[in-house]
Amino acid sequence: MTDALIEFHHASFGYGGPPVIEAVDLRIAAGEFVGIVGPSGSGKTTLLRAMLGSLAPAFGRCTRRAGLRLAYVPQIESVDWNFPVTVADVVGMAQLGGRRWPRRTSAESAEIAAVLDRLELGGLAGRHIRQLSGGQQQRAFLARALIQRPDLVVLDEPTAGVDVRTRHEILHVLADLNDEGVAIVLTTHDLNGLAAHLPRLVCFNRTVIADGSPTMVLHPYVLERTFGAPMEVLSHGGMPVVMDTGLRDLSKRWGAA
Amino acid sequence: MITPFEFEFFRHGLAAAMFAGAVCGVIGVFVVLRQMSYIGHGLSHAVFGGAAAASVLQVNYFLGAGVWGVASGLLIGRVARRRIIGADAAIGVVTTASFAVGIVLFNRFGRARRSLDAVLFGDILGVTLGDVAAIVAVLVVVVVVVVAGYRRLLFATFDPDVAEVAGVSVGRSEALLMVLLSLTTLVTMRIIGVLLISALLVIPPTVARMLTNSFPRMLWISPAVGALSCLVGMNLSYHLDTPTGATIILVNALVFVVVFVATGARGRRSAGAIGHAHADA
Repeated sequence: MTDALIEFHHASFGYGGPPVIEAVDLRIAAGEFVGIVGPSGSGKTTLLRAMLGSLAPAFGRCTRRAGLRLAYVPQIESVDWNFPVTVADVVGMAQLGGRRWPRRTSAESAEIAAVLDRLELGGLAGRHIRQLSGGQQQRAFLARALIQRPDLVVLDEPTAGVDVRTRHEILHVLADLNDEGVAIVLTTHDLNGLAAHLPRLVCFNRTVIADGSPTMVLHPYVLERTFGAPMEVLSHGGMPVVMDTGLRDLSKRWGAA
Repeated sequence: MITPFEFEFFRHGLAAAMFAGAVCGVIGVFVVLRQMSYIGHGLSHAVFGGAAAASVLQVNYFLGAGVWGVASGLLIGRVARRRIIGADAAIGVVTTASFAVGIVLFNRFGRARRSLDAVLFGDILGVTLGDVAAIVAVLVVVVVVVVAGYRRLLFATFDPDVAEVAGVSVGRSEALLMVLLSLTTLVTMRIIGVLLISALLVIPPTVARMLTNSFPRMLWISPAVGALSCLVGMNLSYHLDTPTGATIILVNALVFVVVFVATGARGRRSAGAIGHAHADA
């Protein structure tokens, strides 16, 4: 069995009151690429916080591989875009291992330049973060994660609110990273545009509803249990395509079908 | 013609005011960027309670007000951590209660109305060399902490959730900032006064933010604006015979207005550039 980075054993987590997520059994192995899908309020962010170690289990167990290096990329919407930092500042603030002084060493600057080049942000180091496009912003925060040399990168809704081209760009960057051995865990609402393309998918609503490849878990029964709404799954070139059947009556009413 | 610099009290007051402007300018950068301006305002009111208690109990001002201020700062952080109570409400409860204690103590036991006025509005001309030394000591501590903890403080200020995951103790850095803010309030309160101190914590960093998009440059510009506005304010106050604390704050406010107007066009241009960058991408 592959090396486990994080394992949840029937673990429940909350914020002092009743558990927000319950009886979670989940294993993230080295080098995996995992998508977590679920409706708003299903506890996906709580699950991520539990993975990151920000929450201790109220019940059950959560184990992390000794010396596991984790990096987190938050939702772009949560970033203060007026904060006075450049792209290089954002990446450099995570260089916590070396000296503490404000001025970076030449080795640290070279490391930042290398990470930015790798993510095709080479010429943008001195730009204010607000002056980047959506895809560049996401890559800048990914660069901050990468400079920590992580074994696992956890991303909260990396494609929320971005256009199709940017979504493709982000997914390709993540796939390249994964090819280099970095495990990726991300949450998403986007079933067809993102989740269906991933190697492993976890349907989550307060607990794990299903866990496997998209062709295995994107099933009407699983989706209805996860999202609480009827959905149909078609196949297109061997890929599952999820249809929101709950809106069919509207199509009929407006004469579109 | 007699210049104010010929008077020892003015030289002491000027040195104290400029160092106060500088230390408020440094710590104010974190206050403004963390959107904690209300804490700065509240803490000065909280420290007032400690100053009153120290005066009534006849213990050292710095000891009494300092312990009170640091305790208030930590208490605000603690109360605000209860998710059901917002940080603004926590600040409101702790600091207004503390301020009210100060008012009651001064009225019930205060020896003179003047001491209350001095604390509320500042008494820059009564500044001693000991006061100057205290401000310089706090300035040195603040600069050392900010320089030594620069990356961690920047990370915790910009993105606390991610900083925590990356190994920064966000709770500890917040507590450290609250202690520094309390100490800053404590030593500058006698210069500017409780009622005006928050302006010195907020206006210079806000001016600096309008002038630069760089965090390290903000850390230079803000204390420079704070110190220079105190220099100008003190001199104007002497020549116009106006209250010193209020004059310093009015100079700050004037600088804010000038920079706001001057950077308006530039701000609009960079907003256009940002829109352009997004459209190009």
